[in-house]
Amino acid sequence: MQLTHLTQHRLFLPLLALTIILLANVLFSPEFFHLEFKDGRLYGSLVDVLNRSAPTALLAIGMALVIATGGIDLSVGAVIAISGAICANLLNSGFDALPLVIFAGLAAGLAAGTINGGLVSIFGIQPIVATLVLMVAGRGIAQLINSGQIITFQHEGFAAIGVGTALGLPMPVIIAVAIFLLVQILMRFTALGLFVEATGCNPTASHYAGLNVKAIKFSVYGISGLCAALAGMIITADIQGADANNAGLWLELDAILAVVLGGASLAGGRFSLPLTMIGVLIIQTMSTTIIMSGIEPKYNLLIKSLVIIVVLLLQSPTFRQQIRQLFGAGKAMQGDRV
Amino acid sequence: MNRRYLPVAVTAVLFVALFIAGSLQFSGFASARVILNLFTDNAFLAITALGMTFVILSGGIDLSVGAVLAFSSVLCATLVENYGWHPLQAFPVVLLLGAVFGTTMGVLIHTYKLQPFIVTLAGMFFARGLATVLSEQSIAIEHPFFDAINNFGFSLPGRGWLSSATLVLIAVFAFGTWLAHFTRLGGYIYAIGGNSQSAVLLGVPMGMTTIAIYTLSSTLAALAGIVYSFYTASGYALTGIGLELDAIAAVVIGGTLISGGYGYVLGTLLGVMTMGLIQTWISFHGGLSSWWTKIFIGGLVLSFMIFQRWIAVGLHTRLQQK
Repeated sequence: MQLTHLTQHRLFLPLLALTIILLANVLFSPEFFHLEFKDGRLYGSLVDVLNRSAPTALLAIGMALVIATGGIDLSVGAVIAISGAICANLLNSGFDALPLVIFAGLAAGLAAGTINGGLVSIFGIQPIVATLVLMVAGRGIAQLINSGQIITFQHEGFAAIGVGTALGLPMPVIIAVAIFLLVQILMRFTALGLFVEATGCNPTASHYAGLNVKAIKFSVYGISGLCAALAGMIITADIQGADANNAGLWLELDAILAVVLGGASLAGGRFSLPLTMIGVLIIQTMSTTIIMSGIEPKYNLLIKSLVIIVVLLLQSPTFRQQIRQLFGAGKAMQGDRV
Repeated sequence: MNRRYLPVAVTAVLFVALFIAGSLQFSGFASARVILNLFTDNAFLAITALGMTFVILSGGIDLSVGAVLAFSSVLCATLVENYGWHPLQAFPVVLLLGAVFGTTMGVLIHTYKLQPFIVTLAGMFFARGLATVLSEQSIAIEHPFFDAINNFGFSLPGRGWLSSATLVLIAVFAFGTWLAHFTRLGGYIYAIGGNSQSAVLLGVPMGMTTIAIYTLSSTLAALAGIVYSFYTASGYALTGIGLELDAIAAVVIGGTLISGGYGYVLGTLLGVMTMGLIQTWISFHGGLSSWWTKIFIGGLVLSFMIFQRWIAVGLHTRLQQK
């Protein structure tokens, strides 16, 4: 019985998937787990996975909240391009005081979030199209800011956001972890998380229960925009240049995927930031594993899609039931909480 | 006029207005050539968007179409160039694989109650992955049949050229109109999009309809891939990236409600043509950079959504008054 309880826990499947992918590395490329402390910083594939996960992790934090309210934010990739373009141009323009640049980048993200949130909560437009507008137009705006060029810059302070080190870890990891802790505390040590989930479960009922549903929807898009802007600054600082065409391209899909791999439903109603982070790690570990194991990178997408489908199927109650029927009908009676 | 036709009418008026504005501004804009080139240059997008219309009418979404188009064009090129197949042998195989792909997604969505957004997203990765595995390089197609089809067409007055791609598009459009408005399946699709719970109670076969919708969308995307391989005379795994967004935008501009249930096949065609006209206008203008296309189309989608919202609210209050 205890074993069934364990397998029923919502942490079980995502963690199992991550463990299996990590175990694959033990077999194929043991050097994956090699860690080294050099020049005041940890080096190794595991650190690399964390470092590369940071932008997606930031997006996924915002996305988890948006999805929990029953929405979706397709614009985050374009917001990355806009915030990167604004920061890079400011750094080149002479107004390069670090707080000012960071503030301007965040303000761009907040503005994007305000547009999305306004369209969804005030105009009542379906989130998928409301954010599609900025997804399409946003890259155009970023190119407009960059005048169609890739803007490069030299600024040690700003570059530190992407390539700096703190507490022996790369700066992006520290930023992502800090934001994760901040949002998690905000959501789970206050009633905010409950409000967000209630809004996703049943907006009408939540409204009658006295929740300001519009304000909640509005603010999750704001948070998502801010997270995207932060991710944009990390990506821009990392390559010390703003590429309006390619910065954060299709990263919104990875973020959505991470949230879903973490067991959330796109219909909304619940979210878990720790599980979302595991989802992010699954995606990035998979990519790094494929590179490390010497499989040609052209198989990357194919393997990724198959893993996604398997994880999704395992989360589907119908599929689980079919599996149980396949492996003996007797067990199907126990602990069936579907 | 029936208020239901309003969004389509607005798109039509917008298209005509843009065309008149362009004609007044640039000499040579008002010609059969410009109009017919709109069809030729956007045939692959229009065919994909027509498939997308049915998906969106049913309240779903298909993100995989761009990748399916790429896979289909690469498979065409591989079979013809590397294996020496005749194109007429290759096309049925490509279309069949497209259909099987869509059926699989439909089964996953219906049987396992997975969200269309995520299933078709995985489908997009899968199709793009398959295309990349087939060939990472662009494959040029040199085959007499391709030349023959590309040269086939009818000359029209005003230096217009009715190309073979346009003829395919017209056929697909006629088929789509028939399917949406004159068949039982079309009725089912509208019913599911309007209210899926009522549809079940009315006896709409949900499984069959859902599977048919995604099969249709993928098959049309595969057909668009074949048209695209003619258009570029090549197959490349990285073509059609972001095509799904253009297709969705065209459907929305064409007046179809994104939550499903309302919309017309004709609207989508008008939507694609309007987007194409904006692009033509920008290329005639010469002074505007290409990224303005994205900003214009984004703005257009935005205004159409707010407009539709306004109509929907109007309909709602009228229903309540009754």
